[in-house]
Amino acid sequence: MEPIIRLQDVQFEYLSFEGEEIAALNGVTLDIQKGEFVVIIGHNGSGKSTLAKHLNALLRPSSGVVWIKGMDTRDEDKLWEIRQTAGMVFQNPDNQLVATVVEEDVAFGPENLGLPPEEIQRRVAEALKAVGMQEYAQAAPHYLSGGQKQRVAIAGILAMKPEIIVLDEPTAMLDPVGRREVMETVKYLNKHEGITVVHITHYMEEAVDADRVIVMEQGKIVLQGTPQEVFSQVEVLKEIGLDVPQVTELAYRLRAEGLDVPLNVLKVEEMVDAICRL
Amino acid sequence: MPIVVEHLTHVYMPGSPFESLALDDVSFEIQDGEFVGLIGHTGSGKSTLVQHLNGLLKPTKGRIVVDDIEITSESKVPKRLRQHVGLVFQYPEHQLFEETVYQDIAFGPRNLNLPEDEVERRVREAMALVGLDFEAVKDRSPFEISGGQRRRVAIAGVLAMEPRILILDEPTAGLDPRGRDEILGQIKNLHAQRGMTIILVSHSMEDIARLVDRIIVMNRGRIALMGKPEEVFSHVDELHAMGLGIPQITHVMRGLKARGMDVPDNIYTVEQAVKVILERVRGKKK
Repeated sequence: MEPIIRLQDVQFEYLSFEGEEIAALNGVTLDIQKGEFVVIIGHNGSGKSTLAKHLNALLRPSSGVVWIKGMDTRDEDKLWEIRQTAGMVFQNPDNQLVATVVEEDVAFGPENLGLPPEEIQRRVAEALKAVGMQEYAQAAPHYLSGGQKQRVAIAGILAMKPEIIVLDEPTAMLDPVGRREVMETVKYLNKHEGITVVHITHYMEEAVDADRVIVMEQGKIVLQGTPQEVFSQVEVLKEIGLDVPQVTELAYRLRAEGLDVPLNVLKVEEMVDAICRL
Repeated sequence: MPIVVEHLTHVYMPGSPFESLALDDVSFEIQDGEFVGLIGHTGSGKSTLVQHLNGLLKPTKGRIVVDDIEITSESKVPKRLRQHVGLVFQYPEHQLFEETVYQDIAFGPRNLNLPEDEVERRVREAMALVGLDFEAVKDRSPFEISGGQRRRVAIAGVLAMEPRILILDEPTAGLDPRGRDEILGQIKNLHAQRGMTIILVSHSMEDIARLVDRIIVMNRGRIALMGKPEEVFSHVDELHAMGLGIPQITHVMRGLKARGMDVPDNIYTVEQAVKVILERVRGKKK
């Protein structure tokens, strides 16, 4: 089957303050299959947000091509169809909500599609249910917690019936409880609604359950694979200035001391098992 | 002089339908030169608490003494309190407004009517403290430098007031691991080299665990736990019930204990865990 997202040798350049040309993306080639859960990590300036913005044509490549469900993002006529296919959730929950009542906020997108009212109502109810916010349909967004606001923002995207959701650091401004809520919602949508997820984050523990982890550095993909494959490259990740989960760090240090612990350990229970076997 | 908080209670919008009890009979002391971590779930009262320490809020009941300044519900907050206590808000870079980095950091000292050479000395020193190159950055607009640099400019603006006590509310939120380590490293230096009293508000148990002398955990407007990191982290179940994350490494050690290995359950850094596990494993083989 054709991948739902295809990037071929994508370059993106912009002019810096000093007038220098900077390559935010420097030759990125990537296929993402329908239904995949992909996590992109990398530090600030690595190009990961620039990459995300290419996935719904907020940015277009300086050279190379991006296809979303076969549509070339340079094709102006396809712009709205691309944005409906790939919905985007941003970092700051307060910048994404527009209405004074939760259900009106979620209805904003479908209303702009000119759908009949009963269809809009149906979509809003379904979307709020999928993110576990149906009880808050009548609430005012500013009384919600950060995690709840992000879930409303996700519902607003869901009401557009996207096949892909791109989340650009949606948990960066949340507390631990809010982060957990958002991640559970995202995993649910991937597993049960079959939505392709591209999740961008600094938090390595959010990458542990992904199908694939992609590490960006200086506008390039420097590592990719299953979470086990990627996180076992402890030295490479540290070199780039990224964290590894604490259990992986523990495995790495114990191995350095000569203990026989596998390096591809990501979860607490696996680590406990490994140590008990020694 | 220490910070003394006695029976501090704060009610938002008293007498209205929105009345809410944000702080409920909170008492503690912080000694000079201490590095204290303040943790709590969103809505636990920690931000309300720190706003009392520099007089942005006044107690509904109880009192606060910082240096020789006493604040009660009746007091008029003297301006000098804000010079003693510097407060760095969440996302402080949102408050930058001047045309150049220099002007922005100089704004506070100039409002103290200091002579210009003293203002410049303070700007230079504050920039050095947060690791900003004076010559390279001073004439740049705060809006065209990177996010991590912007945050440092904002912190430098507070440091230029030369506070004795520095409170930082989630100073690493939204930063990547490298940016986070740089900022935390600089905060650690302010404490170690300048002897500043530091109160660090954070959600991150890992960050707090690495840095502070003492932790205060807030929950529902009250102090739920207070003590050295190893004491606080031994209350895993309570912390969990308050919606606070516990370092992953603490979970590993508890898992080992549950499986019969004789390990302490208040371990919170990877270094400590490596040491303990090596001892146990090597001991077993002998």
